[in-house]
Amino acid sequence: MTVYKYNQPLPSEITSKSDYLNRRTFMAGAAGLGLSPLIGIGATHAALKTSKSPYSTDEKTTALEHVTSYNNFYEFGTGKSDPAKHAGSLTTRPWTVDVGGMVNKPGTLDIETLLTKFPLEERIYRFRCVEAWSMVIPWVGIPLASVLKQFDAQGSAKYVAFETLERPEEMPGQGGLFSSLPWPYLEGLRMDEALHPLTILAVGLYGDVLPNQNGAPVRLVVPWKYGFKSIKSIVSMKLTEKEPPTSWNKAGPNEYGFYSNVNPEVSHPRWSQASERVIGGGIFAARKDTPFLNGYADEVGSLYEGMDLRKNY
Amino acid sequence: MAQSRIWTVLPSWLIYPIGIIPAVYLFYAAFTNQLGADPLDALENELGEWALKFLVAGLLITPLLKIVRINLVKYRRAIGLVAFVYVALHLTVYVALDRQFGWWEIWGDIVKRPYITIGMAAFVLLLPLAVTSNNASVKKLGASAWRNLHKLAYPAVLFGAVHYVLLKKTWHPEPLAYLAVILILLAWRFFKYRQSIKNA
Repeated sequence: MTVYKYNQPLPSEITSKSDYLNRRTFMAGAAGLGLSPLIGIGATHAALKTSKSPYSTDEKTTALEHVTSYNNFYEFGTGKSDPAKHAGSLTTRPWTVDVGGMVNKPGTLDIETLLTKFPLEERIYRFRCVEAWSMVIPWVGIPLASVLKQFDAQGSAKYVAFETLERPEEMPGQGGLFSSLPWPYLEGLRMDEALHPLTILAVGLYGDVLPNQNGAPVRLVVPWKYGFKSIKSIVSMKLTEKEPPTSWNKAGPNEYGFYSNVNPEVSHPRWSQASERVIGGGIFAARKDTPFLNGYADEVGSLYEGMDLRKNY
Repeated sequence: MAQSRIWTVLPSWLIYPIGIIPAVYLFYAAFTNQLGADPLDALENELGEWALKFLVAGLLITPLLKIVRINLVKYRRAIGLVAFVYVALHLTVYVALDRQFGWWEIWGDIVKRPYITIGMAAFVLLLPLAVTSNNASVKKLGASAWRNLHKLAYPAVLFGAVHYVLLKKTWHPEPLAYLAVILILLAWRFFKYRQSIKNA
């Protein structure tokens, strides 16, 4: 069995409980004043109970304000601030995820089940966008493996295909003259990637449920891949034998591969991936060198042994 | 038909202080951290977009004169120079803040990244125009040579828009809108030119 190595965060590096509590007081106050739409989090949302994870990094987390105001979520527009502006209209309850394909017990997964019947973990992960910027985000989530287990995968299943909600009446980016991408948004992982303990279904952020602009109510987080692999607002997961189509790969096959692992050695055809701008650093901050597999090489490097990552980009 | 004085009542030098207001605001906002999560990207992008806006404004002067008979020619030099100031600021932010004077990486960008190559080409094309945007140069070069030289503005503007389109992950509406407007303005000139040859 593979032994996964990880770094233990220093207790002092983790957002202190008093900070959380202060934030909650603020949130509750904001909710009471009817300001919650302004900060993008619904008034009904309660804070989540989480346990800490050894997979968390001890790096400084990106401010919540930045995590919720700088997003690529083309269903709500191509501008970085569009999701925060337009995602408030998304209805996230009721919400179910269809789980099917090559499983012995196909079914649906209710968001309430995810939030209440699974132990929630805080996972502080580095997040690297293909556009060469990065954040450190305290997600709340569940290992995808423990969710998929409930549906009893068939032995011949080799991939998981994911799909985002398609609802143009609530997602302005899906309508209009220009469609930036074909809808619905599709993503996929190889089975061993999907079952890796680093891969989670995130249902929260900074101890609360996910804000809509971050992919509410449930999204994938695969921290060693470029951000677009971490598909948002998931409505379907299907196990397949063949490599499933993925949206960015269909839009630009020379630029976005199926794997899309963070790799400083393999440039995007139009820009370098060797370094990144750390969000929150201000205009004078130095760029940071991007580590191979976004710094998760010890954990997931073995998944790609013997593969030519220049070809399988 | 004489045009109403209202169009030319302002002295042309006023274009400089007015034109530079967005830049002053952008730098102030960037230094005081009011440009959102990625202030460097916002600053770089906004300066580039303002450069395109002024370049398009410069391209509009002739069609305004020929089609709707509004003569704004006296403002064109100032508009062009303000556009160049934005191009230069955009490039400076890229060199100093984005790449932090990493000349080797900058060279790599220019050689390997088509959108940087094209953007840099636009800057190089605009450089002689900025330098010769004064009466002394018109005199020295002679009016017709000067006018020919300043036709470099056409490829430069086109390169600027292509540079913007190429740096996005996919087709974004704003860069495509700039490209469309610029293509229309250049096509209009091309057809005018063809007509003038035929009529000659």
